[in-house]
Amino acid sequence: MTALLEVRDFSVAFGASQPVKGVSFTANPGEMLAIVGESGSGKSLTALGLIGLLPRHAKTGGEIRFEGRNLLAQSERDWRRIRGRDIGMIFQEPMTSLNPVLTVGEQIIEVLRIHERLDRKQARQRAVDLLELVNIPEARKRVDDYPHQLSGGMRQRVMIAIGVACNPKLLIADEATTALDVTIQAQILQLLDNLRRDLNMAVILITHDLGIVAQWADRVMVMYAGRKVEEGLPEPVFTDPYHPYTRGLLGASPRAESGHHYRDGPLIEIPGSIVSATGEKGCAFRPRCPSAQASCGFAVPALRQIAEDRLAACPFTPTRFVSQIHDASLRS
Amino acid sequence: MTLLSVRNLSTHYAGGRGTVRAVDDVSLTIEPGETVALVGESGCGKSSLGKSLMRLVEPTSGQVEFKGRDVTAMTSGELRSLRRSIQMIFQDPFASLNPRQTIRAILTAPLKVHGIGDTKRRQQIVESIILQVGLPADSLDRYPHEFSGGQRQRIGIARALILQPELVVCDEPVSALDLSIQAQILNLLVEMKNRLSLSYLFVSHDLSVVRYFSDRVLVMYLGKIVESAPTAELWADPKHPYTRALLAAVPDPSRRREAAPISGDLPSPHDPPSGCRFHTRCPLATDLCRSEAPDYRLFGTAHAVACHHTN
Repeated sequence: MTALLEVRDFSVAFGASQPVKGVSFTANPGEMLAIVGESGSGKSLTALGLIGLLPRHAKTGGEIRFEGRNLLAQSERDWRRIRGRDIGMIFQEPMTSLNPVLTVGEQIIEVLRIHERLDRKQARQRAVDLLELVNIPEARKRVDDYPHQLSGGMRQRVMIAIGVACNPKLLIADEATTALDVTIQAQILQLLDNLRRDLNMAVILITHDLGIVAQWADRVMVMYAGRKVEEGLPEPVFTDPYHPYTRGLLGASPRAESGHHYRDGPLIEIPGSIVSATGEKGCAFRPRCPSAQASCGFAVPALRQIAEDRLAACPFTPTRFVSQIHDASLRS
Repeated sequence: MTLLSVRNLSTHYAGGRGTVRAVDDVSLTIEPGETVALVGESGCGKSSLGKSLMRLVEPTSGQVEFKGRDVTAMTSGELRSLRRSIQMIFQDPFASLNPRQTIRAILTAPLKVHGIGDTKRRQQIVESIILQVGLPADSLDRYPHEFSGGQRQRIGIARALILQPELVVCDEPVSALDLSIQAQILNLLVEMKNRLSLSYLFVSHDLSVVRYFSDRVLVMYLGKIVESAPTAELWADPKHPYTRALLAAVPDPSRRREAAPISGDLPSPHDPPSGCRFHTRCPLATDLCRSEAPDYRLFGTAHAVACHHTN
């Protein structure tokens, strides 16, 4: 299968600082790829690069091939035809990304009429269909509502309706469920999962929530300080994490299913913060890494294949991962 | 003796579109050394309840007792001394730290307000607390903007604990933080709890954090507490259909791509449903649920539920 999206050595620089330092990955049609990382990992800038919305003064490097075309070489004119039609995007906060003075119908119609030849009546019907597609009850009535008349979950559904209006081949969801309550979050993730099947659309899910990744993604890549540090299928990555950062993240996250409780003992911390990566010559995680060695400071560790479908950027083989689940059961 | 006891507390807000019953006839207790979590979706009234306890928002009716003293009847002078014993930690410490004051000034202010120590003693207290929350002593002469989110939350914790309170209301204290920082702050809160024998009321929408961090959980829905149980018991045997839906909605790797547990949104608090407020989203709803609000009943010794269908 040829990849729908192929990112090769993609970097973003602002003057001397380089928040994205050469990231490569692919996304296939119908696949849900999760990009995980904390603030400062470069995941959101990578997303903005994929949709051509990086600030003008950002210097990019590498290649983003979408159906063979290099997106980084497109003019703003070309981008207007790609964005919204071939690649859709939904953001974290639907209230700030929706126009408060236009009805939701008008906002969907706007996207449709830019990319497709439709008269107003057809476009309106399509808008109603799209609202039904994203499970908004009474779509025919809701189409004339303004964003403030809708709940947070409904607004996020409208954003998704706009994002998928022209049947994009790729949808980028940047922390799209972060601001939502868990019950609504589950509904939205299920909706995205159904849509990607029905429309054979690739979804890039950018999130910091490991539970979401484990439950919904086909593949996961973990980013740290502008680089990919691990990639694989969610199950092996989370049950047997390889990179010390991935292991740290899993140790640090309280997980309800483990039954781990504060009276049993503390969470395993990752000491310090991502800021300590600034100016590091070697591995960016070295200042926070429990197994760092002198050699980690010499050069950035290369990504290497450690198993089938599995990459990690650490030269050392870790000891067996003992999760909180095992810990808790040993204690009781 | 029970540390905090709340009886039939209601907090209503009057607004253009009518009255919002943010907190409606809520009763709860917190024992010394206990961490009680208050969970629910946004708009369920959990933050209003937290603030009403300290009278940062004036309750409409009901009673709050702190160590046997009636908080609802306190004068403003008495309230000020109460706030020495009950402190609060917020989600976004940056919004609650004065950007023009040094950390030293921020931390010294509560000591001055409560007339604690002389200048020298206050310096000692401030220097001791900053080290206890894991920041270097030279942080004291810096300004809030010089710190990262996690460090600011440490400052927020230092400010809340500097008066040696007995109860700390934590309103979403880690939800704005990155995962790796979240663990550091949770561990710090546990450490401080043990060191200072604190009790926490932990307001959160993150159930994984609640499972780890609390001894008992109160589940709130549209201004009402619908279930209360010791933490492990709530996870092992959730009784209210809303609690079950909430727990099932927490992302869990063992439930790959399972259907969402409940449909629909939280109804508007301006116009809550009749009878049981959850009936519009409940899979078990019957005519009884639509017409009559269920009583809050005790099952066993520590597990209470407000549902017609629990038995």
